[in-house]
Parts: sequence; C-alpha cells; structure tokens
Amino acid sequence: MATEFHNLQDMQHTASLVTKVFIQRDYSEGTVCRFQTKFPAELDNRIERALLEQTVKTLNSYYVEAEKVGGQSYLEGCLACATAYIVFLCMETRYEKVLKKISGYIQEQNEKIYAPRGLLLTDPIERGMRVLEISVFEDRGSSGSSPSSSMSSCSTAR
Amino acid sequence: MSAVMITRKVRKWEKLPGKNTFCCDGRVMMARQKGIFYLTLFLIIGTCSLFFAFECPYLAVHLSPAIPVFAVLLFLFVMAMLLRTSFSDPGVLPRALPEEANFIEMEIEAANGNVPSGQRAPPRIRNVQINNQIVKLKYCYTCKIFRPPRASHCSICDNCVDRFDHHCPWVGNCVGKRNYRYFYLFTLTLSLLTIYIFAFNIVHVVMRSVDQGFLNTLKETPGTVLEVLVCFFTLWSMVGLTGFHTYLISLNQTTNEDIKGSWSGKNRGQNPYSHKNIIKNCCEVLCGPTYPSVLDRRGLMQEDSPAAANSEGPCSFDNPVAQTTKTTAPLIPNEHTPDDIKPSIAAEKSSGPKDDQPPAAMQPPLASPETDAETSIAKNQ
Repeated sequence: MATEFHNLQDMQHTASLVTKVFIQRDYSEGTVCRFQTKFPAELDNRIERALLEQTVKTLNSYYVEAEKVGGQSYLEGCLACATAYIVFLCMETRYEKVLKKISGYIQEQNEKIYAPRGLLLTDPIERGMRVLEISVFEDRGSSGSSPSSSMSSCSTAR
Repeated sequence: MSAVMITRKVRKWEKLPGKNTFCCDGRVMMARQKGIFYLTLFLIIGTCSLFFAFECPYLAVHLSPAIPVFAVLLFLFVMAMLLRTSFSDPGVLPRALPEEANFIEMEIEAANGNVPSGQRAPPRIRNVQINNQIVKLKYCYTCKIFRPPRASHCSICDNCVDRFDHHCPWVGNCVGKRNYRYFYLFTLTLSLLTIYIFAFNIVHVVMRSVDQGFLNTLKETPGTVLEVLVCFFTLWSMVGLTGFHTYLISLNQTTNEDIKGSWSGKNRGQNPYSHKNIIKNCCEVLCGPTYPSVLDRRGLMQEDSPAAANSEGPCSFDNPVAQTTKTTAPLIPNEHTPDDIKPSIAAEKSSGPKDDQPPAAMQPPLASPETDAETSIAKNQ
C-alpha cells in the first residue's frame, strides 16, 4: 500500500505529478451531465475499483438532481421569467446550489480517500464539465521516480 | 542583463482565448463585432421614444392611461431580454488544457493504430449511441476536444458553444444553451411590442384624423410615419423568426441542426433529444434548469510579465489579438469546416437585410492529414 500522505496540502506542495487520468463524459443518455463509470487502466494499482465507481456514481446522481426538469425547475423558471430574470441577481439557482454540494463532496473525497492514495480529483466544473480529471502523484513509498517502477513497487507492497 | 519579471494577479477573462469582448471586469461577454447590436438598440429605443413622445399623451387622455403603462412594461421586458441575451455567456466550452489535449491525442493514436505513410489518417470522430440513435461527435482542432452532442464551433467567436443555435449579429453574441430562452423571449416580446406600437399608431392616426384631418395629424406627430415604417418591416421579420423558433422548440431542435438537416428528410422522427411531445419539449427548453457558466471569467490567476507598464483600464473592450494564439499549438491548424459558417449566414432567415459577419481569421490550414480527411468527408456529405 502506498505511503500515507498526511493531508491534501502536504501532497500538493511536496509530491510531484506523474500523470493525469481523464474520465470522459457518458453521452448514452443524451446531453445530461454524466461521467463514465468505466475504470481507467492507469489507476489499477492506485485505488480500488469500487471506491472510484462509488465516487463517480454519487457525482452522477448529484448532476441528475441539478438538471432535473420537474416541478421545482418549472416554478423557478416561471418566477424568474415573470420578473424578467432580475431575481437571478439576488437568488441562487438550484443548479448553483447543487454545484456547491458537489464541490464540498469532492473536497471531502479528496481528503478521505484520494489524497492518502496519492491521487487528486479536480471538480469537473473547472474543466468545462467535460472530464473528471484525476491527478496521479508520485508514490512516495517507492524507490524509483519513474511511473513504471512506482507502479510495480506498489503492487509488490500489496 | 536580466529582465525583471513581475507576478501579478489577473482575472481569467483577460487570458481567455477566442474572439470575445469582455466588459465590466468580465461580467459582460459579447462577440467582437457589435455594430449591428448598437443598431438594434437604436431602433428599439428610438421607435419607443417616438411612441412615448408623440402617441402616448394623446392615447392616454383619449383612450386609456393603461396603454402607455403597458407599453413601458413591454419595452422594459424587451430590453431586459435583449441585454441578457447579448451579455451572457452562451455556453462556451473552455478549450482543453495541454494534458487533456495530449491524453485525447494518445487515445486517438491508439485507436487508429499504425497509419502507413502516405495515407490519410482516418477522420477524428467518436460514435455515441443516444436513445437508439448513433450520433457522431466531431473533434475540434481549435479547442482540442471532442465536441459534446449538439455543440458546435462558432468561427466568429472562435469558441465551441454547447447546444449551439446560431450566431446572431443583431444581439452581438452567439445563441446557445445558456441564453436560448432569453433570445426566444426577446423575439416573442419584440414581436408583441412591434404589433402593439403599430396597432396603436394606426388607432391614433385614425382617431386624430377624424378630428383634424389626415394631413394635419401627420404634421403634428411626424414621428408616426417613421414608427409605422420601422414597425412594418420589423413586424414581418420578427413574427416570422418567432414562429420559426417556436417550431424548433416544439421539436427540440436547434437552428444549426435544422440547417444541416440532421433530423429532417430521411432522418425525420429520429431526433434523439426530442421527447416526442410538444409540451415536454417546450417545457424543457424554456423552463429547464438554468445552466451555470463553465467559463470562470472573474477568477484570479497569476501572470508573469516583464516589468512594463500595462495600460489596461478596468473596462477594456477588446482582448489583445495575441491571446488567440497562446493556447493553440502551432503545429495543429485551426479547423475550417463549412458547416460552422452556415448558422451565422442564415442567422436571421426571415429578417430583411442579411448582414453577415465574415468569418474572421480564416488561416490557411497547415498540411495535416486529419484536416484534409475531415474537410473532404464534410464536402462529400
């Protein structure tokens, strides 16, 4: 198992970036925001499949909640239209509220699950909602600094 | 002799690629050519001012004071919708950062395998199945991304826009996912305002002519003639445009898709985005969630620059041209696809004079097999 990083800041400031893995959007259900749950091969030795899948599924459910076309969104839309959309200057839309929840969730996941494994999730909104970027940092438990040696030492340590 | 580097904080909008103009420290985002937008403003404000100055006093006294009140409300709503359409981010997709672009390139090369030298590489297309319909996602050479479904690259603004409808020179901005409903409400309420002013002009002329005679009426309220002229021509184009967009909304299609014939002809009835129900389609487009902007315009970032005086005021109107070249790699050419130009050319299909903004900066593509394959296939279609 990789060396435990103590906290997020420790990793960001001292560890060196090895590579970045991008989880792409899943358009099979249309233009709604949804990320693929397919596990990227590059992370095979860094994190358990179930954990990453759980993170992506939770994110997807948040986006579904934000983009739901239903009673509340109609009410919000009609109220805003009646006020010529001026109400948006003082009120936060539902989507924005959910985005704040998502950013809190990603921060929490980074602190609890990903930073200890030398990974870092980037909020998709910072990448135009196109990809879920996972930064892979150097595994400090390994002796070598190249990605292949760090990966092999990871697997032998397990 | 070493140069002194100054690190300063800048707002992200100052470093955004693309050909947009930003105002009010990044709060306002428009296209570069704003001349026709000023004309739109002038026509609306001018005509309404004439109406309030000449017709309203008479009508308020002789008919009802509700008439000017309603006209004011309608005018304010039209202006609010126009400014919201023009000033907001239409749904611009930010360009891929270098790591993401490289990741995609590697995926493409892995998928293509070894291309024998002298042969063209296959076109960069990803197939996705949406609601049992195969949709092709094209690669954008400028933004270095595979465009999401319904997104398109606007060559005038040099940005990929989500759910791209068309580039409208009359509002001075692209119409896309985030501002389509404001654009539609603008056309709808402007049609109503035009009909309202036109109708009450006629009423006013008739009522006054009964008292004073036709020629005297025109002498007393010379603005009437001008208003009637403007309203007459505007009416036909605006009502036509509103009708056209109502038709598109009921089918959940964009102008871009309609022009390209993506879901018409032999493909009719296969639009995977449509709910097959007019009410549901209208509700989704007009009352759906309000999407946030994914372009962080007002965020702060560090910039290293040599010690030189920068004379940018807080409200600078033009991005320096050099920015457009900063994030694009020099070896990969700008995409030049004919279908991106069509939406801007047919932007106002039913309006009178077609003021086309010529697609700016059409650089000759560098020799690249991907570009040639893409454009040749586009032509063959």
